[in-house]
Amino acid sequence: MSSPPVGPRPSILKRIMPQLLILGVALALNVAVFPEFFQIDFRNGRLFGNLIDVLNRGAPVALLCIGMTLVIATKGIDLSVGAVMAIAGAVAAAMVVEGHGWGTAVLAALAAGGLCGLWNGFLVAVLRIQPIVATLVLMVAGRGVAQLVTEGKILTFDNPGLIHLGAGTVAGVPTPILIWLALAALVTFGVRKTALGMLIEAIGINERSSRLAGINSRVLLICVYLVSGLCAALAGVIVAADIKGADANNAGLWLELDAILAVVIGGNSLLGGRFSIIASLIGALIIQSVNSVILLSGLPPEFNLVIKALLILGILVIQSPRIGNFIYLLRASGPQPQPEPPHSTQEEAAR
Amino acid sequence: MKLKTTLLASVIACAPMAVLAADLTIGFSQIGSESGWRAAETTVTKQEAEKRGITLKFADAQQKQENQIKALRSFIAQGVDAILIAPVVATGWDEVLEEAADAEIPVVLLDRTVDADKSLYLTAVTSDLVHEGKVAGEWLVSEMNGANCRIVELQGTTGSSPAIDRKAGFEQGIAGHDNLQIVRSQTGDFTRAQGKVVMESFLKAEGGENICALYAHNDDMAVGAIQAIKEAGLKPGEDIKIVAIDAVPDAHKAIADGEMNATIELTPNMAGPALEALEAYLADGTEPAKWIQTESKLFTAKDDNLAIFNAKKDLGY
Repeated sequence: MSSPPVGPRPSILKRIMPQLLILGVALALNVAVFPEFFQIDFRNGRLFGNLIDVLNRGAPVALLCIGMTLVIATKGIDLSVGAVMAIAGAVAAAMVVEGHGWGTAVLAALAAGGLCGLWNGFLVAVLRIQPIVATLVLMVAGRGVAQLVTEGKILTFDNPGLIHLGAGTVAGVPTPILIWLALAALVTFGVRKTALGMLIEAIGINERSSRLAGINSRVLLICVYLVSGLCAALAGVIVAADIKGADANNAGLWLELDAILAVVIGGNSLLGGRFSIIASLIGALIIQSVNSVILLSGLPPEFNLVIKALLILGILVIQSPRIGNFIYLLRASGPQPQPEPPHSTQEEAAR
Repeated sequence: MKLKTTLLASVIACAPMAVLAADLTIGFSQIGSESGWRAAETTVTKQEAEKRGITLKFADAQQKQENQIKALRSFIAQGVDAILIAPVVATGWDEVLEEAADAEIPVVLLDRTVDADKSLYLTAVTSDLVHEGKVAGEWLVSEMNGANCRIVELQGTTGSSPAIDRKAGFEQGIAGHDNLQIVRSQTGDFTRAQGKVVMESFLKAEGGENICALYAHNDDMAVGAIQAIKEAGLKPGEDIKIVAIDAVPDAHKAIADGEMNATIELTPNMAGPALEALEAYLADGTEPAKWIQTESKLFTAKDDNLAIFNAKKDLGY
């Protein structure tokens, strides 16, 4: 290759520009329905405002979409993350109810999530089951496992350490925001400062040739599902801690779809290949901003899903290749008449 | 000959009495265990049967109608004395109910009703969802005593019958009292997490000090909302009055802690009235009313909520 591959650093702003614009529009919609949207107070020892809510309530989907981005980059998909959240929340709650410390509980939850991830990875990488089928197994069965752990009821707990992870604050900032920002930074750093990110992309583009090129795709695939399971476990702990109880029936319900949507809004192809975790995270914030518009608008709940569907549809249409081409052509046709170099050279040559 | 027929007839007439004298065997087809309340209903049904010395055959349908129909056929084949069923859906019961009627086994519906001919079942024991909402509304009317009140409402899952009926009932309860006004109403999907999220947005959109009361369609959403109110630096139960429906143990605990004001019970004891009606029917053929409404009892801080919490917490909620 004569021209060096475009690294993530110089193009990052250009890459996430469409997502940033959409986020801006979504936030503007919030201001339209609720003018004081950007107002942030310091109340009761914590930052208090709608923008904080968007960042805080977006935490579970943001965490999920970190792992989901990597999985989708390998041309896979992880449908089980919602169920893994329920399992992890249940495990953490069960541990503190039995008198263990919150640290042990979080480790146990992460272990449970990691185990789920390894299971998915094993099915996909070793048994070669299609990812959508392989992870569907745990999506369906996982919630049952969580219910076994909680014995079918909402397992409530009172451990201040664990509750702090979901409902507490550090220097006024809600803990979940810090957790997802930290994990996002860690994973982005991990895949971009090493060759890992490129290897993951290589698997997504063509697994066979990447294997022939010497990439251990099997181990990498398992690792990617492992990371997804760990992210889901962390999200599950946060959701349980937030309501001081593990609700196996509802924790993380349908969140796998929101996570996939966030990755798609982030401009990542479901066919694998190049990915951007930052763009996915902005996608997660866009989804949460849309939710916020719905809640602040005060419209009857019958409209919730219709509004969300219309807004998401609009976002996806704007991002579609056809529209992208159209915008490109519009832009290209604008400045073209002025220089007209080929025309003049032809005329000169004719003379 | 005639004497013989009379004798036979009287023996047949006495048969139910004989059955009663012996142990009754009743089959119970439960939907599954999709919620804490459902688990509590199962526990209470078993307790109620044991209390009366009735042998209860229990079948868990795991949310599937075909499992319930199978369970009913097996009860009929075993020749049970009566059948209790909490039907998972409203339609598709005619055939199996006719089979039960042919075998002269009375069927009592628990908690939900079916779209079948009323002659096919003995009676239905259910709560009145509209009435529950109305009790909540009337409680708030008397609590406010004419003072102005801006109410926010956490609805159940959009389109579900409890959400529709409990909303309608509450509106009936506060109708004609212009001092009470519902200013925001949004769904919290009957879950704690969503109740908390939606309450957070209410507090910001209206301003916490402008909200005087919260009406939640179930206790779980109220429990979530209580946390949101606390995080906003307000006192739930004082700054914002809270009334919800179901009376799950955690709601009693919240009332005992002064963080909630009232809850209306959706009793898990549907089997008690059902078994009473069945015993009377099997003993001397007393036909019960086609609909037995369970009591929608109001619990406030006046009750001993801690004791109720301790009594309820092991029911499986």
